[in-house]
Amino acid sequence: MATPSPRRSPDVRRAALGAATCAALLTLTACSATGGATPDATPGGAGSVTLVTHESFALSEGLLEQFEEDSGLDVQVVQQADSGALVNQLVLTKDAPLGDLVYGIDNAFASRALDEGVVVASELTAPAATDAAAYAVPGDDAGALTAIDFGDVCLNVDTAWFAEQGVPEPTTLDSLLDPAYRDLVVVPDPVTSSPGLAFLLASVGAFGEEGWVDYWAGLRDNGLKVADGWTEAYYTDFTAGGGDGPRPVVVSYASSPPFTVPEGGDAPTTRALLDTCFRQVEYAGVLAGAANPEGAARLLDFLLSDEVQADVPASMYMYPVSSAVELPDDWTRWAPLADAPFDVAPADIATHRERWLTQWSDTVIG
Amino acid sequence: MPTALADRPAARTAAGPSARPPRRWPGRAGWALAVGVPLLFLTAFFVWPVLEIVGRGFLTDGRLDLGGFGDVFARPRTWRVVGQTLAQAALGTAGAVLLGIPGAYLLYRCRFRGRGALRAFVTVPFVLPTVVVGVAFRSLLVDGGLLGGLGLDGTFAAIVLALVFFNYAVVVRTVGGMWERLDPRAEQAARALGASPWRVLRTVTLPALGPAIASAASLVFLFCATAFGTVLVLGGRRYGTVETEIWIQTTQFLDLRAAAVLSVVQLVVVVGALAFAGRARARTERALTLGVPSVTAHPVRLRDPLDAVAVVVTVVTAGGLLALPLLNLVIRSLRTPRGWGLDNYAALGVPQDTLAVSAWQAAGTSVRTAVDATLIALVVGGLVALVVSRRPRTPSARRAVAGLDALFMLPLGVSAVTVGFGFLVSMDAPLGLPVDLRASPVLVAVAQAVVAVPLVVRTVLPVLRAIDPRQREVAATLGAAPGRVLRTVDLAVALRAVGLALGFAFAVSLGEFGATSFLARPQEPTLPVVIFRLLGRPGAENYGAALAASVLLAALTAGVVAVCERLRRPGIGGAW
Repeated sequence: MATPSPRRSPDVRRAALGAATCAALLTLTACSATGGATPDATPGGAGSVTLVTHESFALSEGLLEQFEEDSGLDVQVVQQADSGALVNQLVLTKDAPLGDLVYGIDNAFASRALDEGVVVASELTAPAATDAAAYAVPGDDAGALTAIDFGDVCLNVDTAWFAEQGVPEPTTLDSLLDPAYRDLVVVPDPVTSSPGLAFLLASVGAFGEEGWVDYWAGLRDNGLKVADGWTEAYYTDFTAGGGDGPRPVVVSYASSPPFTVPEGGDAPTTRALLDTCFRQVEYAGVLAGAANPEGAARLLDFLLSDEVQADVPASMYMYPVSSAVELPDDWTRWAPLADAPFDVAPADIATHRERWLTQWSDTVIG
Repeated sequence: MPTALADRPAARTAAGPSARPPRRWPGRAGWALAVGVPLLFLTAFFVWPVLEIVGRGFLTDGRLDLGGFGDVFARPRTWRVVGQTLAQAALGTAGAVLLGIPGAYLLYRCRFRGRGALRAFVTVPFVLPTVVVGVAFRSLLVDGGLLGGLGLDGTFAAIVLALVFFNYAVVVRTVGGMWERLDPRAEQAARALGASPWRVLRTVTLPALGPAIASAASLVFLFCATAFGTVLVLGGRRYGTVETEIWIQTTQFLDLRAAAVLSVVQLVVVVGALAFAGRARARTERALTLGVPSVTAHPVRLRDPLDAVAVVVTVVTAGGLLALPLLNLVIRSLRTPRGWGLDNYAALGVPQDTLAVSAWQAAGTSVRTAVDATLIALVVGGLVALVVSRRPRTPSARRAVAGLDALFMLPLGVSAVTVGFGFLVSMDAPLGLPVDLRASPVLVAVAQAVVAVPLVVRTVLPVLRAIDPRQREVAATLGAAPGRVLRTVDLAVALRAVGLALGFAFAVSLGEFGATSFLARPQEPTLPVVIFRLLGRPGAENYGAALAASVLLAALTAGVVAVCERLRRPGIGGAW
């Protein structure tokens, strides 16, 4: 007999009991996602507005709630992958947009969003709108994309490490080719990471169409390490990221050093090299075909409001575009911006991005 | 194995002229529903989205354009990527099988204190999200890490090791589940006739386990061939696979044509592995029937060479390959800027400065989503297993049943990004209904359920198949209504397997990150998402909190598996 009579088997009873307990526990734990919370079933409806954004979007607690109270709008936040993938997702869903407003398209992908017509212009009333205009994408005469914040992607060095080793810190992009810095540099892959792409653009800006490939070949020959993303590079490979990695030079942000002030210390242990930066600007825009374009415009105004602009450094690690708000103390002290970041025109990026990435891969990854 | 060769009684009774009672199906409507519900689910949430997105790659201006194949195969990189995928999968599978067989023996054929805990422990890697494993693994291998001296960081070997780390449990469980049911008498007879333990292993035991090993190997091959995060984090694009290539072409380059071609390539590999798995499994499940519910385990005897080898291999594997990265994670989570302490764990209770939720709240969200996913997976997977466990008489119906089985395995092998992007372009009005599901938490649960369904089927099906059909016939003859037969025969026997399936579906959903990371999400993030976001911010506090949250996730997972592990012994269980 293959199976004992089910009725009499103690195993089965125990199993039944166990399964029932398990199921009961699951039910008790708080029902379920759908049963527990009741999200608005009709995002994009009259009183609600949906913000589509990237993984890094965050605001301090209460800010968004305050806006909802003031405006009477119910805000849904839909967070997608990183900024590059975000634009591609918006292009794919053009016929049935994911929401009303997008935030987080950066200047490396801005032209694609404009060319594909995923965003449309709107009327802004926030005073910071004039500040934002200074960062407008060239060619975006209608103002479909509004700058919200910006940051400099630069090489960061572990000053403590260099002091300890008695090696002078590198200062420019060129200095990394020096054999003294062999095996000391880690960068995120520009194909899979947006800071990685920004740093590739810095090198294009610095060495031009002719020279940037040679520059990377030099870096490769000098023991460059490529990590999959910023997280791996900063936390696993960088000496001062918290993971005790082996490399004291990493691609990160000009705003990263304040986070390396040691407990009880009064100065960071890292520094951004301000002659190696590319400026990333993050834009927002009302989505073409939005169900609630007026609500989207109000939310956009809110992103430019003093409250949000003042909150940007602490919650998103970027600099606000508004000139009216004050930066946090440690930012003014330890996170200065580059005077002259390297520049590549968005239209150039849009035309060449794919080719550059392929060339970069052929050169560095092989 | 002689006993396994005896024929299926079902086949005999069905074909023979015996006094078989007239078939009493619980009505055509019932079976139609049992087939229809899972099919509708799979069509709506898998087949349709995948066709939508892959279709876009093959349609140019509304016309079918297969020129993409020529272009993609003309790139030397494509061939290298296909070769690397196969090489990684083959080596990862070989490693998992070679290490897993001694593990299966020790954990299922031997008795020792802590066996249950060890079984739960070896399962943890299988359900950990890759973000966490990436941190745990790479910080060991990087220069200056504990194993930095081995020079493995960023190498092909590191990826293969990580693949073995993830999939070891699959082999241990699949092969072990079979091994503990194996009738020991054939081995005893061979020993009595003077064969050495090794000869018995080689000529009696391993051949009998062959189907189970082949089945496990093809599952592992499938998981390895479609590995994504592991490959990118540990090797970068240098060791790209078809899966990572699909991800890059879709998300970064929006080259849907190339992505569609690569998806087809992946599908071919996957269907091949599935066909192999299906044939191997068919044999496993037939042989199972005659296995004696086991009391085959013996206390560990270190003087026995088999036991000694199994102990050594398993200690090295579990201690070196599995425990080291996990231990590394725990140790690092206890380190704070002020020295050793529990600060990182304390941080889990408060909302992280910029995340509106605390890690505990996110864990709650994870659990709730996993409950939904588990319930969906149990209903869908249970129905599939029920239908597939029946052996209809006509060959065409039998083929249809086998096809259904294979169809529900496909989600394991199709790229998560293909499914995720498919959701984006198809879920704005699923099945033509005016509901935008893309921002709904329901879709996250559904996506996780799609992944968990194959595991539920693989856990419940072997048990249902092992039920002697005569039991149902007897019940029916005695006047039980079809529903009652199902309840008293099938359900009663399958209950333990259902409990186990529940545990695994739950654990897999808890740690699931791949599919959900491509989905629209409302404000409430799950725990893996919170870990990912914490790791995306600078600062030692964020890093520490991410590690502590990872340990929390691992502990939750291990706990769930351990509870369900208790339901399992000592009788029949699933063979995934």
